[in-house]
Amino acid sequence: MTAPVTIRGAGVVGLCVATELLARGVPMILRDPAPAPGPQACSWWAGGMLAPFCEGFSAEEPVIRLGQQAAAWWAAQGVPILRRGSLVVTLDRDRRELDVFARRTQGHRLVAGKDLAAIEPHLADRHDRALHFETEAHIDPRAALVHLHRRLVEAGAVFEQDDRVPEGRVIDCRGLAAQDSLPDLRGVRGEMVMLRSNDLVLTRPVRLLHPRFPLYIVPRGAGVFMLGATQIESAGRGGATARSVMELLSAAYALHPALGEAEVLEIGADARPAFPDNLPRIRRQGETIHVNGLFRHGFLLSPAMARMVAGLILNGERPEGMDEDHGERCGA
Amino acid sequence: MPRLYDREIKSRLMLGTAQYPSPAILAEAFRRSGAGIATVSLRREAGAAREGQAFWDLIRALNVELLPNTAGCHSAREAVTTAQMAREIFGTNWIKLEVIGHADTLQPDPFGLLEAARILCAEGFEVFPYCTEDLVLCARLIEAGCRVLMPWGAPIGTGLGLNNMYGLRALRAHFPDVPLVIDAGLGLPSQAARAMELGYDAVLLNTAVARAGDPAAMAEAFARAVEAGRLAYEADPMTPRDMAAPSTPILGKAFL
Repeated sequence: MTAPVTIRGAGVVGLCVATELLARGVPMILRDPAPAPGPQACSWWAGGMLAPFCEGFSAEEPVIRLGQQAAAWWAAQGVPILRRGSLVVTLDRDRRELDVFARRTQGHRLVAGKDLAAIEPHLADRHDRALHFETEAHIDPRAALVHLHRRLVEAGAVFEQDDRVPEGRVIDCRGLAAQDSLPDLRGVRGEMVMLRSNDLVLTRPVRLLHPRFPLYIVPRGAGVFMLGATQIESAGRGGATARSVMELLSAAYALHPALGEAEVLEIGADARPAFPDNLPRIRRQGETIHVNGLFRHGFLLSPAMARMVAGLILNGERPEGMDEDHGERCGA
Repeated sequence: MPRLYDREIKSRLMLGTAQYPSPAILAEAFRRSGAGIATVSLRREAGAAREGQAFWDLIRALNVELLPNTAGCHSAREAVTTAQMAREIFGTNWIKLEVIGHADTLQPDPFGLLEAARILCAEGFEVFPYCTEDLVLCARLIEAGCRVLMPWGAPIGTGLGLNNMYGLRALRAHFPDVPLVIDAGLGLPSQAARAMELGYDAVLLNTAVARAGDPAAMAEAFARAVEAGRLAYEADPMTPRDMAAPSTPILGKAFL
């Protein structure tokens, strides 16, 4: 029997890679300094939107294509997934932004008036039109991490609470912590707020296009909503700034004033790992395979990246996001 | 090419570095346009530990002149402090001085701007003030020590073009020897060409390129428009007139 491969980092990428390897019978060990999924992982702070078409507004083609595998993958792991699509709205003043968004994305239809009221009545109180991306989905990212972790434990996967460099073959999924070996990796800070509202009902993620304060709001059930997320060129992982929180909350209030009465449950911040093109990479360095740079697409792209890594290890299939040296981009 | 504070610039197009889909696309926009100056915002990326370093290193790798700005500052004091931090981090005396006076329109605060410009010029900064096209304000900024002026075309991010042609033309006429750069408000290459036809020395833009569907292509479009506009200005355009004049001589026409 071959020596097990060690996966470093048990955030969303590490857990997805472990799940894929386990399913294919590859012996592996998961190594992470923390005992279980939690706030130390960037993915803990994610939105959990599986929205490849919306992301396609600013992301490049591989994100749209690879992201389409995500919903089915998460569902197959037994993660509760809501396939209700996502909605994109603007304030009246910025209506033209919606036209631009529609022009530059695919997989949507315009819903207005009664049609909008039929699918998302509370949103229709305040907005008379929206783009509906019907095939998109969302999950609760924290529940998904905990679920994958538990399933791996139940299946007998070995977890080591350890931060040291392992011997032998390694799949490095440490995110920004891998900056020590990936000099072109940078942090892009994101800040988020969790609210609870007993007044507002939303059943799918809603994005507000705003010239200054773009916002998305993801319902987590039981009146809990996640507001996200800023995108700042900074590797800082410290607490959210007052300004960012104020911007997120103002935008949320503009989206629906009922949120003004919501209870603030949590304010969080972390830095996403990204390469210069904001596309993920699989990079081989000797016996180590790095999977990194998932930027704001951890839950959207981890399934595809995990499959590619498994294909590489088992069958030597060279994945599209692979580079041995620096400079090649995913999908190129 | 004009000289800004004794440094000859290599292009009349300057680009901001915010809002691009990715740093790779930002770099491609610079490559395709040949823009020679990049403005860089310090404020939100700053932090005690220089947490924005990775992004700044990518900007430095563009190998263009860096013009740090004080974007988002709402008072002279804030702007001065930001400028001092920028000098330390980027190692340049250049500072694009922005003091915002109105939260909705992001209109410059002429009073705060003048105050900050006086302080910074006295401290040895080379100040590029983002100002309105007001003639008196511009005269005061020059008195304060500014040797470049950056009047707006229209409010930041609006893409409305050159809102006050009369004012901009007057500014050019009154300050023939001061480099004038249109900063903010441009949305289309034709507007940039128009600014150059007025005799402006350069243009600075960000949103029009960064938020285009294809930022690199739009950057190139602006570069060509700037070149065309400047060439037209140097070629001394004809004067419009009401009387039609045939461009083909009628001598020798067959008489039927």
